[in-house]
Amino acid sequence: MMVAGMRPRAGKAAYAARENLAGWLFALPAALGFLLFTLGPMIASLFYGFTDLTISGKWNLIGLENYARMFSGRDNYFYKALWVTTQYVLMSVPMKIVYAFLLAMALNQPVRGKSVFRTIFYLPTIVPTVAISMIWLWLLNPDFGLINQMLRSVGIKGLKWIYDKRSVIPSLSLMSMWTTGGITVVFLAGLQDVPKHLYEATSLDGGGAWARFRHVTLPMMSPTIFFNLCTTLIGSFQVFSEAYIMTNGGPDNASLFYVFYLYREAFSFTRMGSACAIAWVLFIIIMAVTMLVFKTSDRWVFYQAGEGGKAL
Amino acid sequence: MTVGKLRKNTWMVFVYTLLLAGAAASLAPLYWLVRSSFMSLSQIFILPPKWIPSPFRWSNYAKAFSVVPFGRYYLNTALIVAGVVSGTVITSSLSAYAFARLRWRGRNALFACLIASMMLPFAVTMIPLFVGWSRLGFANTYVPLILPAWFGGGAYNIFLLRQFYMTIPRELDESAFVDGAGYVTIYRSILLPLTRPALIVVGMFAFMGCWNDFLGPLIYLSSSSLYTVSLGLRMFQGMYNAEWNLMMAASVVALLPVIVVFFIGQRYIIEGITLTGIKG
Repeated sequence: MMVAGMRPRAGKAAYAARENLAGWLFALPAALGFLLFTLGPMIASLFYGFTDLTISGKWNLIGLENYARMFSGRDNYFYKALWVTTQYVLMSVPMKIVYAFLLAMALNQPVRGKSVFRTIFYLPTIVPTVAISMIWLWLLNPDFGLINQMLRSVGIKGLKWIYDKRSVIPSLSLMSMWTTGGITVVFLAGLQDVPKHLYEATSLDGGGAWARFRHVTLPMMSPTIFFNLCTTLIGSFQVFSEAYIMTNGGPDNASLFYVFYLYREAFSFTRMGSACAIAWVLFIIIMAVTMLVFKTSDRWVFYQAGEGGKAL
Repeated sequence: MTVGKLRKNTWMVFVYTLLLAGAAASLAPLYWLVRSSFMSLSQIFILPPKWIPSPFRWSNYAKAFSVVPFGRYYLNTALIVAGVVSGTVITSSLSAYAFARLRWRGRNALFACLIASMMLPFAVTMIPLFVGWSRLGFANTYVPLILPAWFGGGAYNIFLLRQFYMTIPRELDESAFVDGAGYVTIYRSILLPLTRPALIVVGMFAFMGCWNDFLGPLIYLSSSSLYTVSLGLRMFQGMYNAEWNLMMAASVVALLPVIVVFFIGQRYIIEGITLTGIKG
Protein backbone atom coordinates (compact mmCIF):
# COMPACT_ATOMS: atom_id res chain seq x y z
CA MET A 1 0.00 0.00 0.00
CA MET A 2 2.85 2.31 0.74
CA VAL A 3 4.78 1.14 -2.27
CA ALA A 4 1.88 1.81 -4.59
CA GLY A 5 2.50 5.38 -5.63
CA MET A 6 0.24 8.32 -5.03
CA ARG A 7 -1.22 9.53 -8.28
CA PRO A 8 -1.86 13.26 -8.42
CA ARG A 9 -5.42 12.58 -9.45
CA ALA A 10 -6.26 11.14 -6.00
CA GLY A 11 -8.33 13.45 -3.87
CA LYS A 12 -6.75 15.74 -1.32
CA ALA A 13 -8.34 13.97 1.65
CA ALA A 14 -7.27 10.52 0.46
CA TYR A 15 -3.79 11.88 -0.10
CA ALA A 16 -3.61 13.27 3.43
CA ALA A 17 -4.98 10.07 4.96
CA ARG A 18 -2.44 7.99 3.12
CA GLU A 19 0.40 10.27 4.18
CA ASN A 20 -0.86 10.13 7.75
CA LEU A 21 -0.78 6.34 7.71
CA ALA A 22 2.65 6.23 6.08
CA GLY A 23 3.97 8.67 8.65
CA TRP A 24 2.77 6.51 11.51
CA LEU A 25 4.15 3.34 9.97
CA PHE A 26 7.59 4.85 9.42
CA ALA A 27 7.67 6.32 12.92
CA LEU A 28 6.23 3.18 14.53
CA PRO A 29 9.56 1.83 15.86
CA ALA A 30 10.30 5.16 17.52
CA ALA A 31 6.77 5.52 18.89
CA LEU A 32 6.80 1.99 20.31
CA GLY A 33 10.30 2.47 21.64
CA PHE A 34 9.23 5.63 23.41
CA LEU A 35 6.27 3.85 25.01
CA LEU A 36 8.08 0.62 25.92
CA PHE A 37 11.51 1.88 26.90
CA THR A 38 10.93 5.43 28.10
CA LEU A 39 7.40 6.38 29.09
CA GLY A 40 6.33 2.98 30.46
CA PRO A 41 9.44 2.45 32.62
CA MET A 42 9.25 6.09 33.71
CA ILE A 43 5.73 5.63 35.08
CA ALA A 44 6.70 2.26 36.57
CA SER A 45 9.67 3.86 38.27
CA LEU A 46 7.52 6.62 39.75
CA PHE A 47 5.15 3.95 41.06
CA TYR A 48 7.91 1.67 42.41
CA GLY A 49 9.25 4.66 44.33
CA PHE A 50 6.28 4.24 46.66
CA THR A 51 6.95 0.51 47.19
CA ASP A 52 9.56 -1.70 48.81
CA LEU A 53 10.31 -3.52 45.52
CA THR A 54 13.17 -6.01 45.87
CA ILE A 55 15.31 -7.69 43.25
CA SER A 56 12.93 -10.68 43.16
CA GLY A 57 10.16 -8.42 41.83
CA LYS A 58 7.92 -8.57 44.92
CA TRP A 59 6.57 -5.30 46.28
CA ASN A 60 4.25 -3.75 48.87
CA LEU A 61 3.02 -0.19 48.86
CA ILE A 62 4.77 1.78 51.58
CA GLY A 63 3.65 5.31 50.72
CA LEU A 64 6.24 8.03 51.11
CA GLU A 65 8.57 5.93 53.25
CA ASN A 66 11.39 5.85 50.65
CA TYR A 67 11.32 9.62 50.31
CA ALA A 68 10.99 10.14 54.06
CA ARG A 69 14.01 7.95 54.66
CA MET A 70 16.08 10.01 52.22
CA PHE A 71 15.10 13.48 53.29
CA SER A 72 14.98 12.82 57.04
CA GLY A 73 18.62 11.75 56.91
CA ARG A 74 17.86 8.25 58.16
CA ASP A 75 19.61 7.09 55.02
CA ASN A 76 23.10 8.31 55.89
CA TYR A 77 24.22 8.54 52.29
CA PHE A 78 21.58 10.60 50.49
CA TYR A 79 22.81 14.05 51.49
CA LYS A 80 26.39 12.91 51.18
CA ALA A 81 25.82 11.75 47.59
CA LEU A 82 23.99 14.95 46.77
CA TRP A 83 26.78 17.09 48.16
CA VAL A 84 29.53 15.10 46.41
CA THR A 85 27.74 15.33 43.07
CA THR A 86 27.02 19.04 43.48
CA GLN A 87 30.68 19.72 44.19
CA TYR A 88 31.66 17.74 41.12
CA VAL A 89 29.15 19.52 38.87
CA LEU A 90 30.18 22.96 40.15
CA MET A 91 33.84 22.16 39.55
CA SER A 92 33.88 20.11 36.38
CA VAL A 93 31.24 21.90 34.27
CA PRO A 94 32.84 25.38 34.28
CA MET A 95 36.31 23.84 33.87
CA LYS A 96 35.23 21.80 30.86
CA ILE A 97 33.29 24.61 29.18
CA VAL A 98 35.98 27.24 29.64
CA TYR A 99 38.78 24.90 28.57
CA ALA A 100 36.86 23.75 25.50
CA PHE A 101 36.02 27.33 24.57
CA LEU A 102 39.64 28.43 24.89
CA LEU A 103 40.84 25.61 22.65
CA ALA A 104 38.10 26.31 20.11
CA MET A 105 38.99 30.02 20.07
CA ALA A 106 42.62 29.14 19.47
CA LEU A 107 41.64 26.72 16.69
CA ASN A 108 39.53 29.40 15.06
CA GLN A 109 42.63 31.57 14.49
CA PRO A 110 44.45 31.26 11.16
CA VAL A 111 46.62 28.34 12.31
CA ARG A 112 48.20 25.47 10.46
CA GLY A 113 47.13 21.89 11.04
CA LYS A 114 43.67 22.87 12.20
CA SER A 115 42.07 19.51 11.46
CA VAL A 116 44.97 17.61 13.02
CA PHE A 117 44.58 19.56 16.26
CA ARG A 118 40.83 19.03 16.17
CA THR A 119 41.28 15.29 15.79
CA ILE A 120 43.80 15.21 18.63
CA PHE A 121 41.46 17.10 20.96
CA TYR A 122 38.58 14.79 20.07
CA LEU A 123 40.55 11.55 20.39
CA PRO A 124 40.23 11.04 24.20
CA THR A 125 36.42 11.18 24.01
CA ILE A 126 36.25 7.90 22.12
CA VAL A 127 38.20 5.93 24.72
CA PRO A 128 35.93 3.46 26.57
CA THR A 129 35.05 4.63 30.08
CA VAL A 130 36.62 1.61 31.72
CA ALA A 131 39.88 2.23 29.84
CA ILE A 132 39.77 5.95 30.76
CA SER A 133 39.46 4.96 34.38
CA MET A 134 42.41 2.55 34.10
CA ILE A 135 44.59 5.13 32.38
CA TRP A 136 43.89 7.75 35.02
CA LEU A 137 44.30 5.35 37.92
CA TRP A 138 47.80 4.86 36.60
CA LEU A 139 48.49 8.53 35.82
CA LEU A 140 47.26 9.62 39.26
CA ASN A 141 49.09 6.88 41.14
CA PRO A 142 50.73 8.76 44.05
CA ASP A 143 54.02 6.82 43.93
CA PHE A 144 54.66 6.01 40.29
CA GLY A 145 52.05 7.98 38.32
CA LEU A 146 53.18 10.30 35.56
CA ILE A 147 51.59 13.38 37.12
CA ASN A 148 53.33 13.17 40.47
CA GLN A 149 56.58 12.24 38.69
CA MET A 150 56.37 15.41 36.62
CA LEU A 151 55.53 17.51 39.67
CA ARG A 152 58.48 15.99 41.54
CA SER A 153 60.85 16.73 38.68
CA VAL A 154 60.12 20.45 39.14
CA GLY A 155 60.44 20.17 42.90
CA ILE A 156 56.76 20.01 43.87
CA LYS A 157 55.64 17.34 46.27
CA GLY A 158 52.78 15.50 44.59
CA LEU A 159 49.28 15.00 45.90
CA LYS A 160 47.51 11.80 46.83
CA TRP A 161 44.86 12.69 44.23
CA ILE A 162 41.95 10.26 44.31
CA TYR A 163 43.29 8.62 47.47
CA ASP A 164 42.65 11.65 49.66
CA LYS A 165 39.13 12.70 50.53
CA ARG A 166 40.00 16.37 50.12
CA SER A 167 41.38 16.00 46.61
CA VAL A 168 39.31 13.20 45.10
CA ILE A 169 36.60 15.41 43.57
CA PRO A 170 39.04 18.02 42.19
CA SER A 171 41.08 15.13 40.74
CA LEU A 172 38.10 13.61 38.99
CA SER A 173 37.05 17.05 37.71
CA LEU A 174 40.52 17.55 36.29
CA MET A 175 40.30 14.14 34.67
CA SER A 176 36.93 15.04 33.12
CA MET A 177 38.65 17.85 31.21
CA TRP A 178 40.51 15.22 29.25
CA THR A 179 37.32 14.21 27.46
CA THR A 180 36.14 17.70 26.60
CA GLY A 181 36.89 17.34 22.86
CA GLY A 182 33.28 16.89 21.80
CA ILE A 183 32.43 20.30 23.27
CA THR A 184 35.48 21.82 21.58
CA VAL A 185 34.32 20.57 18.18
CA VAL A 186 30.84 22.03 18.67
CA PHE A 187 32.29 25.36 19.83
CA LEU A 188 34.62 25.48 16.86
CA ALA A 189 31.76 24.89 14.43
CA GLY A 190 29.83 27.69 16.13
CA LEU A 191 32.79 30.06 15.91
CA GLN A 192 33.20 29.34 12.22
CA ASP A 193 29.57 30.33 11.69
CA VAL A 194 29.97 33.82 13.20
CA PRO A 195 29.58 36.21 10.24
CA LYS A 196 32.89 37.88 9.39
CA HIS A 197 31.24 41.21 8.61
CA LEU A 198 30.30 41.66 12.27
CA TYR A 199 33.97 41.58 13.23
CA GLU A 200 34.80 44.01 10.45
CA ALA A 201 32.07 46.38 11.56
CA THR A 202 33.40 46.37 15.13
CA SER A 203 36.91 47.08 13.89
CA LEU A 204 35.65 49.98 11.78
CA ASP A 205 33.99 51.40 14.87
CA GLY A 206 37.42 51.37 16.50
CA GLY A 207 36.86 48.27 18.64
CA GLY A 208 39.88 46.17 19.56
CA ALA A 209 40.23 42.44 20.13
CA TRP A 210 38.41 42.60 23.45
CA ALA A 211 35.48 44.54 21.95
CA ARG A 212 35.24 41.99 19.13
CA PHE A 213 35.18 39.17 21.67
CA ARG A 214 32.77 40.87 24.05
CA HIS A 215 30.34 42.30 21.51
CA VAL A 216 30.50 39.81 18.63
CA THR A 217 31.93 36.43 19.67
CA LEU A 218 30.19 36.05 23.02
CA PRO A 219 26.69 37.08 21.92
CA MET A 220 26.87 35.14 18.67
CA MET A 221 28.18 32.08 20.50
CA SER A 222 25.68 32.24 23.35
CA PRO A 223 23.26 29.67 21.83
CA THR A 224 26.13 27.21 21.39
CA ILE A 225 27.38 27.90 24.93
CA PHE A 226 23.84 27.36 26.14
CA PHE A 227 23.57 24.02 24.31
CA ASN A 228 26.92 22.80 25.64
CA LEU A 229 26.14 24.01 29.16
CA CYS A 230 22.87 22.06 29.24
CA THR A 231 24.29 18.81 27.86
CA THR A 232 27.39 18.97 30.10
CA LEU A 233 25.30 19.70 33.20
CA ILE A 234 22.95 16.79 32.52
CA GLY A 235 25.91 14.47 31.87
CA SER A 236 27.87 15.53 34.95
CA PHE A 237 25.01 14.74 37.31
CA GLN A 238 25.12 11.15 36.07
CA VAL A 239 28.77 10.18 36.52
CA PHE A 240 29.01 6.55 37.52
CA SER A 241 31.88 4.48 36.14
CA GLU A 242 34.64 6.62 37.65
CA ALA A 243 33.28 5.97 41.13
CA TYR A 244 32.60 2.32 40.41
CA ILE A 245 35.97 1.54 38.90
CA MET A 246 38.41 4.02 40.39
CA THR A 247 37.37 4.91 43.91
CA ASN A 248 34.48 2.65 44.90
CA GLY A 249 32.93 5.83 46.26
CA GLY A 250 35.80 6.45 48.63
CA PRO A 251 37.87 7.43 50.41
CA ASP A 252 35.41 7.78 53.27
CA ASN A 253 32.51 8.22 50.78
CA ALA A 254 34.13 11.39 49.46
CA SER A 255 33.34 10.34 45.88
CA LEU A 256 29.95 8.79 46.51
CA PHE A 257 28.46 10.04 43.24
CA TYR A 258 24.69 10.11 43.14
CA VAL A 259 24.24 7.45 40.46
CA PHE A 260 26.80 5.23 42.17
CA TYR A 261 24.83 5.60 45.41
CA LEU A 262 21.68 4.69 43.48
CA TYR A 263 23.35 1.68 41.85
CA ARG A 264 24.54 0.45 45.24
CA GLU A 265 21.07 0.85 46.72
CA ALA A 266 19.55 -1.15 43.86
CA PHE A 267 22.10 -3.86 43.16
CA SER A 268 24.17 -4.22 46.34
CA PHE A 269 21.46 -3.66 48.93
CA THR A 270 18.67 -4.84 46.53
CA ARG A 271 16.41 -1.99 47.62
CA MET A 272 14.94 -1.40 44.16
CA GLY A 273 11.95 0.63 45.33
CA SER A 274 14.17 2.98 47.24
CA ALA A 275 16.48 3.26 44.20
CA CYS A 276 13.51 4.33 42.06
CA ALA A 277 12.70 7.10 44.52
CA ILE A 278 16.36 8.15 44.48
CA ALA A 279 16.25 8.23 40.66
CA TRP A 280 13.18 10.45 40.64
CA VAL A 281 14.83 12.93 42.96
CA LEU A 282 17.75 13.06 40.53
CA PHE A 283 15.37 13.58 37.62
CA ILE A 284 13.65 16.46 39.42
CA ILE A 285 16.98 18.05 40.31
CA ILE A 286 18.18 17.80 36.71
CA MET A 287 14.91 19.27 35.44
CA ALA A 288 15.06 22.10 37.97
CA VAL A 289 18.65 22.96 37.07
CA THR A 290 17.91 22.81 33.34
CA MET A 291 14.84 25.02 33.84
CA LEU A 292 16.96 27.47 35.78
CA VAL A 293 19.46 27.65 32.92
CA PHE A 294 16.57 28.06 30.47
CA LYS A 295 14.98 30.80 32.59
CA THR A 296 18.17 32.81 32.81
CA SER A 297 18.91 32.16 29.15
CA ASP A 298 16.74 35.00 27.82
CA ARG A 299 19.07 37.34 29.66
CA TRP A 300 22.27 36.04 28.13
CA VAL A 301 21.45 33.89 25.12
CA PHE A 302 21.19 35.87 21.92
CA TYR A 303 19.31 34.45 18.96
CA GLN A 304 20.19 35.89 15.61
CA ALA A 305 16.76 35.60 14.05
CA GLY A 306 14.70 38.77 14.11
CA GLU A 307 16.90 41.04 16.18
CA GLY A 308 20.17 41.19 14.32
CA GLY A 309 21.03 44.65 15.60
CA LYS A 310 21.54 43.51 19.18
CA ALA A 311 24.89 41.93 18.45
CA LEU A 312 26.58 45.24 17.86
CA MET B 1 58.61 45.48 12.15
CA THR B 2 55.60 47.59 12.96
CA VAL B 3 53.90 47.55 16.31
CA GLY B 4 50.81 45.94 14.78
CA LYS B 5 52.83 43.13 13.25
CA LEU B 6 54.71 42.54 16.49
CA ARG B 7 51.47 42.37 18.40
CA LYS B 8 50.07 39.93 15.86
CA ASN B 9 53.12 37.70 16.12
CA THR B 10 52.96 37.67 19.92
CA TRP B 11 49.31 36.71 19.66
CA MET B 12 50.02 33.83 17.29
CA VAL B 13 52.81 32.56 19.55
CA PHE B 14 50.30 32.56 22.38
CA VAL B 15 47.73 30.73 20.23
CA TYR B 16 50.19 28.03 19.15
CA THR B 17 51.41 27.57 22.72
CA LEU B 18 47.85 26.98 23.86
CA LEU B 19 47.16 24.53 21.03
CA LEU B 20 50.36 22.59 21.56
CA ALA B 21 49.78 22.41 25.32
CA GLY B 22 46.23 21.18 24.69
CA ALA B 23 47.45 18.60 22.19
CA ALA B 24 50.10 17.41 24.65
CA ALA B 25 47.50 17.10 27.39
CA SER B 26 45.28 15.05 25.05
CA LEU B 27 48.01 12.74 23.81
CA ALA B 28 50.26 12.27 26.85
CA PRO B 29 47.86 9.95 28.72
CA LEU B 30 47.44 7.82 25.60
CA TYR B 31 51.18 7.72 25.04
CA TRP B 32 51.74 6.79 28.66
CA LEU B 33 49.18 4.01 28.32
CA VAL B 34 50.92 2.51 25.29
CA ARG B 35 54.45 2.87 26.62
CA SER B 36 53.50 1.29 29.96
CA SER B 37 51.83 -1.61 28.16
CA PHE B 38 55.16 -2.63 26.62
CA MET B 39 57.25 -2.53 29.80
CA SER B 40 58.25 -5.12 32.32
CA LEU B 41 57.06 -4.59 35.85
CA SER B 42 60.52 -3.60 37.04
CA GLN B 43 60.94 -1.15 34.16
CA ILE B 44 57.62 0.52 34.83
CA PHE B 45 58.64 1.45 38.38
CA ILE B 46 62.05 2.95 37.53
CA LEU B 47 62.54 6.49 38.82
CA PRO B 48 62.81 8.87 37.04
CA PRO B 49 60.51 7.21 34.52
CA LYS B 50 61.65 6.19 31.06
CA TRP B 51 59.70 7.46 28.08
CA ILE B 52 60.54 4.59 25.74
CA PRO B 53 60.32 0.94 26.72
CA SER B 54 63.45 -1.12 26.11
CA PRO B 55 63.05 -3.86 25.28
CA PHE B 56 59.47 -3.89 24.03
CA ARG B 57 57.66 -6.62 25.91
CA TRP B 58 55.04 -7.91 23.50
CA SER B 59 54.46 -10.80 25.87
CA ASN B 60 52.34 -8.49 28.06
CA TYR B 61 49.67 -8.72 25.41
CA ALA B 62 49.90 -12.49 25.16
CA LYS B 63 49.60 -12.61 28.94
CA ALA B 64 46.60 -10.29 28.96
CA PHE B 65 44.85 -12.46 26.39
CA SER B 66 45.62 -15.67 28.23
CA VAL B 67 44.53 -14.47 31.67
CA VAL B 68 41.19 -13.08 30.55
CA PRO B 69 39.57 -14.57 27.42
CA PHE B 70 39.64 -11.27 25.54
CA GLY B 71 39.24 -13.09 22.22
CA ARG B 72 35.91 -14.41 23.38
CA TYR B 73 34.93 -10.99 24.78
CA TYR B 74 35.77 -9.41 21.45
CA LEU B 75 33.35 -11.78 19.76
CA ASN B 76 30.67 -11.21 22.39
CA THR B 77 30.98 -7.46 22.07
CA ALA B 78 31.05 -7.67 18.28
CA LEU B 79 27.79 -9.60 18.35
CA ILE B 80 26.07 -6.99 20.52
CA VAL B 81 27.56 -4.17 18.46
CA ALA B 82 26.32 -5.73 15.21
CA GLY B 83 22.79 -6.00 16.58
CA VAL B 84 22.79 -2.50 18.02
CA VAL B 85 24.35 -0.76 15.03
CA SER B 86 22.05 -2.35 12.45
CA GLY B 87 18.96 -1.74 14.59
CA THR B 88 19.91 1.85 15.23
CA VAL B 89 20.72 2.72 11.64
CA ILE B 90 17.63 1.05 10.18
CA THR B 91 14.98 2.20 12.62
CA SER B 92 16.32 5.69 13.32
CA SER B 93 16.45 6.45 9.61
CA LEU B 94 12.90 5.16 9.10
CA SER B 95 11.64 7.35 11.93
CA ALA B 96 13.69 10.35 10.86
CA TYR B 97 12.11 10.11 7.41
CA ALA B 98 8.64 10.29 8.97
CA PHE B 99 9.63 13.29 11.10
CA ALA B 100 11.42 15.18 8.35
CA ARG B 101 9.16 14.55 5.39
CA LEU B 102 5.68 13.27 6.14
CA ARG B 103 2.71 15.06 7.67
CA TRP B 104 0.82 12.90 10.14
CA ARG B 105 -1.26 13.50 13.20
CA GLY B 106 0.75 13.56 16.43
CA ARG B 107 4.07 14.10 14.68
CA ASN B 108 5.09 17.23 16.55
CA ALA B 109 3.91 15.89 19.90
CA LEU B 110 5.88 12.66 19.50
CA PHE B 111 8.93 14.56 18.32
CA ALA B 112 8.75 16.84 21.37
CA CYS B 113 8.46 13.76 23.60
CA LEU B 114 11.53 12.21 22.00
CA ILE B 115 13.57 15.39 22.37
CA ALA B 116 12.46 15.80 25.99
CA SER B 117 13.41 12.19 26.71
CA MET B 118 17.05 13.08 26.03
CA MET B 119 16.98 14.96 29.34
CA LEU B 120 15.72 11.91 31.23
CA PRO B 121 18.50 10.32 33.32
CA PHE B 122 18.97 6.65 32.42
CA ALA B 123 18.78 5.94 36.16
CA VAL B 124 15.03 6.60 36.10
CA THR B 125 14.20 3.85 33.62
CA MET B 126 17.05 1.52 34.61
CA ILE B 127 15.31 -0.34 37.43
CA PRO B 128 11.89 -1.00 35.84
CA LEU B 129 13.68 -2.11 32.68
CA PHE B 130 15.87 -4.45 34.69
CA VAL B 131 12.89 -5.85 36.59
CA GLY B 132 10.87 -6.20 33.39
CA TRP B 133 13.59 -7.97 31.40
CA SER B 134 14.30 -10.27 34.33
CA ARG B 135 10.67 -11.20 34.65
CA LEU B 136 10.51 -12.01 30.94
CA GLY B 137 13.48 -14.30 31.48
CA PHE B 138 15.98 -12.20 29.55
CA ALA B 139 18.38 -11.40 32.38
CA ASN B 140 21.87 -12.66 31.55
CA THR B 141 21.20 -12.55 27.79
CA TYR B 142 22.00 -9.98 25.11
CA VAL B 143 18.33 -9.24 24.43
CA PRO B 144 18.04 -6.24 26.81
CA LEU B 145 21.22 -4.81 25.32
CA ILE B 146 20.25 -5.22 21.65
CA LEU B 147 16.47 -5.13 21.27
CA PRO B 148 15.86 -1.51 22.39
CA ALA B 149 18.11 -0.33 19.55
CA TRP B 150 15.55 -1.73 17.10
CA PHE B 151 12.94 0.69 18.42
CA GLY B 152 13.99 4.00 16.98
CA GLY B 153 17.68 3.81 17.87
CA GLY B 154 17.56 6.68 20.35
CA ALA B 155 16.21 10.20 20.17
CA TYR B 156 19.63 11.68 19.49
CA ASN B 157 20.09 9.68 16.29
CA ILE B 158 16.58 10.39 15.05
CA PHE B 159 17.20 14.06 15.64
CA LEU B 160 20.55 13.97 13.86
CA LEU B 161 19.17 12.17 10.79
CA ARG B 162 16.14 14.43 10.66
CA GLN B 163 18.49 17.41 10.48
CA PHE B 164 20.26 15.80 7.54
CA TYR B 165 17.05 14.88 5.73
CA MET B 166 15.81 18.44 6.01
CA THR B 167 18.84 19.65 4.05
CA ILE B 168 17.80 17.53 1.02
CA PRO B 169 15.62 19.60 -1.32
CA ARG B 170 11.98 18.58 -1.13
CA GLU B 171 11.61 19.02 -4.90
CA LEU B 172 13.43 15.71 -5.33
CA ASP B 173 10.73 13.79 -3.45
CA GLU B 174 7.97 15.72 -5.10
CA SER B 175 9.10 15.04 -8.63
CA ALA B 176 9.53 11.34 -7.82
CA PHE B 177 6.08 11.44 -6.34
CA VAL B 178 4.61 12.85 -9.52
CA ASP B 179 6.37 10.05 -11.39
CA GLY B 180 4.43 7.58 -9.28
CA ALA B 181 6.99 6.65 -6.64
CA GLY B 182 5.63 5.64 -3.22
CA TYR B 183 6.97 6.59 0.19
CA VAL B 184 9.17 3.53 0.48
CA THR B 185 10.68 4.14 -2.95
CA ILE B 186 11.37 7.78 -2.13
CA TYR B 187 12.95 6.81 1.17
CA ARG B 188 15.05 4.05 -0.37
CA SER B 189 16.11 5.55 -3.63
CA ILE B 190 16.35 9.26 -2.80
CA LEU B 191 16.87 9.92 0.89
CA LEU B 192 18.99 6.91 1.85
CA PRO B 193 21.60 7.28 -0.90
CA LEU B 194 21.84 11.05 -0.47
CA THR B 195 22.32 10.83 3.29
CA ARG B 196 24.84 8.02 3.37
CA PRO B 197 27.40 10.11 5.30
CA ALA B 198 24.78 10.77 7.97
CA LEU B 199 23.95 7.09 8.25
CA ILE B 200 27.64 6.36 8.64
CA VAL B 201 27.80 8.93 11.47
CA VAL B 202 24.85 7.31 13.23
CA GLY B 203 26.39 3.88 12.77
CA MET B 204 29.70 5.06 14.18
CA PHE B 205 28.12 6.73 17.19
CA ALA B 206 26.14 3.57 17.82
CA PHE B 207 29.28 1.48 17.46
CA MET B 208 31.27 3.58 19.90
CA GLY B 209 28.43 3.99 22.37
CA CYS B 210 27.82 0.26 22.39
CA TRP B 211 31.48 -0.75 22.51
CA ASN B 212 32.08 1.66 25.39
CA ASP B 213 28.91 0.83 27.32
CA PHE B 214 29.69 -0.33 30.81
CA LEU B 215 26.59 0.04 32.96
CA GLY B 216 24.28 -1.94 30.62
CA PRO B 217 26.40 -5.11 30.46
CA LEU B 218 27.27 -4.69 34.15
CA ILE B 219 23.62 -4.84 35.13
CA TYR B 220 22.41 -7.54 32.75
CA LEU B 221 25.29 -9.97 32.27
CA SER B 222 26.23 -12.22 35.15
CA SER B 223 27.99 -15.20 33.55
CA SER B 224 31.55 -14.35 32.71
CA SER B 225 31.31 -16.29 29.45
CA LEU B 226 28.91 -13.62 28.18
CA TYR B 227 31.04 -10.64 29.25
CA THR B 228 31.88 -7.75 26.95
CA VAL B 229 35.37 -6.27 26.56
CA SER B 230 34.60 -3.51 29.08
CA LEU B 231 33.44 -5.99 31.69
CA GLY B 232 36.45 -8.17 30.94
CA LEU B 233 38.74 -5.22 31.49
CA ARG B 234 37.06 -4.48 34.78
CA MET B 235 37.45 -8.14 35.78
CA PHE B 236 41.11 -7.98 34.80
CA GLN B 237 41.56 -4.97 37.08
CA GLY B 238 40.14 -6.94 39.97
CA MET B 239 42.70 -9.70 39.48
CA TYR B 240 45.85 -7.79 38.54
CA ASN B 241 45.50 -4.41 40.17
CA ALA B 242 49.19 -4.04 40.96
CA GLU B 243 50.53 -5.17 37.59
CA TRP B 244 50.17 -1.91 35.78
CA ASN B 245 51.92 -3.11 32.65
CA LEU B 246 49.37 -5.89 32.14
CA MET B 247 46.45 -3.60 32.95
CA MET B 248 47.68 -1.09 30.40
CA ALA B 249 48.06 -3.84 27.79
CA ALA B 250 44.50 -4.98 28.50
CA SER B 251 43.27 -1.37 28.21
CA VAL B 252 44.96 -1.02 24.81
CA VAL B 253 43.19 -4.20 23.74
CA ALA B 254 39.85 -2.69 24.77
CA LEU B 255 40.63 0.61 23.09
CA LEU B 256 42.02 -0.56 19.75
CA PRO B 257 38.77 -1.26 17.85
CA VAL B 258 37.26 2.15 18.61
CA ILE B 259 40.47 3.89 17.60
CA VAL B 260 40.47 2.02 14.28
CA VAL B 261 36.81 2.84 13.61
CA PHE B 262 37.38 6.44 14.59
CA PHE B 263 40.24 6.91 12.16
CA ILE B 264 38.27 5.31 9.35
CA GLY B 265 35.29 7.58 9.88
CA GLN B 266 36.51 10.64 11.75
CA ARG B 267 35.61 13.05 8.98
CA TYR B 268 31.97 11.97 9.18
CA ILE B 269 31.93 11.94 12.97
CA ILE B 270 33.13 15.51 13.31
CA GLU B 271 30.54 16.63 10.75
CA GLY B 272 27.87 14.81 12.71
CA ILE B 273 28.65 16.46 16.04
CA THR B 274 28.88 19.81 14.36
CA LEU B 275 25.43 19.50 12.83
CA THR B 276 23.60 18.53 16.02
CA GLY B 277 25.47 21.04 18.14
CA ILE B 278 24.79 23.99 15.92
CA LYS B 279 21.25 23.37 14.82
CA GLY B 280 20.38 22.00 18.27
